[in-house]
Amino acid sequence: MSDPARGGHWIRPTPTGLYVEPGDFYIDPGRPVGRAVISHGHSDHARSGHDHVLATRETLAIMAGRHGQDCAGAMQAVAYGESLVIGGVTLRLAPAGHILGSAQIVLEHAGQRIVVSGDYKRRPDPTCPPFEAVPCDVFITEATFGLPVFRHPPDRDEIAKLLATAALFPERAMLVGVYALGKCQRVIALLRQAGYDKPIFLHGQLGAMCDVYRRCGVELGELRPVIGMIKEGLAGAIVLAPPGAAAERWARRLPEPLVAQASGWMRVKQRAKQSGVELPLVISDHADWDELLQTIDEIEAPEIWVTHGREEALVHAAKARGRKARALALVGYDEEGS
Amino acid sequence: MKAFAALLDRLVYTPGRDAKLRLLADYFARNPDPDRGYALAALTGTLDLAQAKPALVRDLVEARVDAELFRWSYDFVGDLAETVSLIWPKRPEGEVPTLSEVVESLQRAGRRDVPGLIEGWLDRLDVDQRWALIKLVTGGLRVGVSARLARTALATWSGKPLAEIEEIWHGVTPPFTGLFAWLAGRGERPAADATALFRPLMLAHPIEDAELNELDARAYRAEWKWDGIRVQLVAGGAARRLYSRSGDDVSATFPEIVEAMDFDAVLDGELLVGRVTDQGWQPAPFNDLQQRLNRKTGVRGLMESHPAFVRLYDILLDGGEDLRAQPFDERRRRLVAWHGAHARERFDISPLIEFADWGRLRELRAEAREASIEGLMLKRGDSPYLAGRVRGPWFKWKRAPLTVDAVLMYAQRGHGKRSSFYSDFTFGVWRRDLGGAAELVPVGKAYFGFTDAELAALDRWVRSHTVERYGPVRAVEHALVLEIACDSVHASPRHKSGVAMRFPRVHRIRWDKPAAEADDLETVTRMVVAAS
Ligand SMILES: [Zn+2]
Repeated sequence: MSDPARGGHWIRPTPTGLYVEPGDFYIDPGRPVGRAVISHGHSDHARSGHDHVLATRETLAIMAGRHGQDCAGAMQAVAYGESLVIGGVTLRLAPAGHILGSAQIVLEHAGQRIVVSGDYKRRPDPTCPPFEAVPCDVFITEATFGLPVFRHPPDRDEIAKLLATAALFPERAMLVGVYALGKCQRVIALLRQAGYDKPIFLHGQLGAMCDVYRRCGVELGELRPVIGMIKEGLAGAIVLAPPGAAAERWARRLPEPLVAQASGWMRVKQRAKQSGVELPLVISDHADWDELLQTIDEIEAPEIWVTHGREEALVHAAKARGRKARALALVGYDEEGS
Repeated sequence: MKAFAALLDRLVYTPGRDAKLRLLADYFARNPDPDRGYALAALTGTLDLAQAKPALVRDLVEARVDAELFRWSYDFVGDLAETVSLIWPKRPEGEVPTLSEVVESLQRAGRRDVPGLIEGWLDRLDVDQRWALIKLVTGGLRVGVSARLARTALATWSGKPLAEIEEIWHGVTPPFTGLFAWLAGRGERPAADATALFRPLMLAHPIEDAELNELDARAYRAEWKWDGIRVQLVAGGAARRLYSRSGDDVSATFPEIVEAMDFDAVLDGELLVGRVTDQGWQPAPFNDLQQRLNRKTGVRGLMESHPAFVRLYDILLDGGEDLRAQPFDERRRRLVAWHGAHARERFDISPLIEFADWGRLRELRAEAREASIEGLMLKRGDSPYLAGRVRGPWFKWKRAPLTVDAVLMYAQRGHGKRSSFYSDFTFGVWRRDLGGAAELVPVGKAYFGFTDAELAALDRWVRSHTVERYGPVRAVEHALVLEIACDSVHASPRHKSGVAMRFPRVHRIRWDKPAAEADDLETVTRMVVAAS
């Protein structure tokens, strides 16, 4: 790993995750640590087994829903906007717009402000508050879709495509592959926004997170488990399931399923075709290329650090915009919830 | 462009024929003239557009996008049209042009105006629409729709018989306004181009050995079923056309045949390649013909190494006289007389086979070993020439298949009803080196031949014997033997094994047989029938 922080030498990448020295805590650490600040509930960011976890109330609820109430020694909930001091560092959480409870971590120390974006997106999402642009000295951004070919279309167009296809094939079930946390609830909320008020059917692995969302006040309309339905009852229905469930024997209870998948990766035809998808839906919880650039422009941070994703292209583009930019090699983040 | 792009996008991902038909029919129903006519033309390859080179599109994008970013993106995506459609820097703005606007502007434009037009449209279109535009102007519209499928969709949507649409197909031109008016019930049926009209072919039903005894042998005539492509030759006045079975014009692929068509008749026959011997034309295996079919035009070298001829089966029109209502025996007499009067080196007649009873015919069928014979055709002597597949008058009795015991290597998920089943099976046979070590080489892929219960059993087996997964494909333990049936085996330098099978299907699942006892490549290679 290269020279630790130039802009802020008090925060540095380590094999465990970003380490904030004066506060002695890690951000989204990949293995159990004493003190962790967690940006959001996706499993590659929110692991269990830390002694002390600080996150939004919603993120803590998600972690408890996933790993159980005792997944960390102590849990400390912080509301968006509330600030507190840990060691010599002032910390505040700002909405990231990625999934329910997702937060950017705003850190101040020695007259310098660093913002760790976590995963984020800029377009409106009915299941979480919008991203807040916080001016800072160093902006540490994700780059999951850090190539200019990734430009997500408007959500409503994708949802319209799904509904039009369902209407054209009323004897088949629309089987939509979604990640259990975030994508699932967003697709449901988008369908409701589009006026779809029929029951939406869920694979057994999706129910628990939907319950967490509902307890946090997110409206999802009528949801029903697939299990217990007769095949004919699912003709024309929209069924959500984890990606890959289409290949499982589970899918045989559906009438001639038409396999869809909601993911930013569906943007590239070859990639979508390889995954055996018949209806790709480009719906992502990550910033696309335009949103990444828009964010860099709005934040006006003189220095940009780029973490997990395709760092090189975004570093190149940030430099072309006159910023100091570099790639931070952080290991261990996968593409969950993309 | 909006609806057309959405249609293409859906077609690209839709593997099932029925689902494709539904998408096409829905498009034809919802879209106005002349847009749907141009879409039909684009899909059936009949749209006459000055084509842009991919390099032009590349130049346009390189002028607008950072070179480094474009390079990384192209590396990631791998396809130029798609990279350009994704990376085009502008968010769509202004009115989306209609498909007709695009097509008609390009048809009117001079060569030098084309880049400006394309660039202007790219600024107004969204990603899928840009992709459709680039595919349209560079002529690479590969969305798995044949001209035949598009015409079938017209029939599905309109309720008009497919045979009627095919009859007039070659008399209508883009944007097909008259055709659509008739299909929508708002106009007369367009007149067919009488001089070069395609008449839908009469097709045969398959028949099994056991069913034969129910038929009266004396009522039927027999001839070999040649393994080429069924064609219809239409000539008269200035027109000469060679049509495939589905009514597609393949004249350009076989210019030597068209050149020999200096007559006034409509004939039915089998197009073959081969060589001339003392006994006349000797047909070569289908694979040799395949090389010609892969080309859109006659290539001089291939025309010499793989010359084509037509083995005639039937005569539909002789001069102005329509013979289709006449019985087969009479048409046959007329065909022989016609051929006597119009002997041409590119045409011979498929001989009738003498037989007294089904037993004798069975023997003859079993003895026939030529690669160019697929089986037998049985035609009632009193049958008129009817369009389509009518049960009763004509049967095809295929040769007993070859079988190979092969080892299952990979399985791939199917689609639709089969999307949760591993239903496409790649199988291989053993290749032994001099030291006796054996490795499996893939020799083919089969996705039918099994019952639903067998499919479920195969699927279970695949899931419990997976050794590796690649997307929808699983590599499995080399432990299950499939008895594969195929019509014939051909030499194929394009395959690692050097052989290719025709119509492979799973004949039996040999749960009992150890994989080590499956066939080896040498056995399969011996099944290849060399060109005679
Ligand atoms: Zn995430």
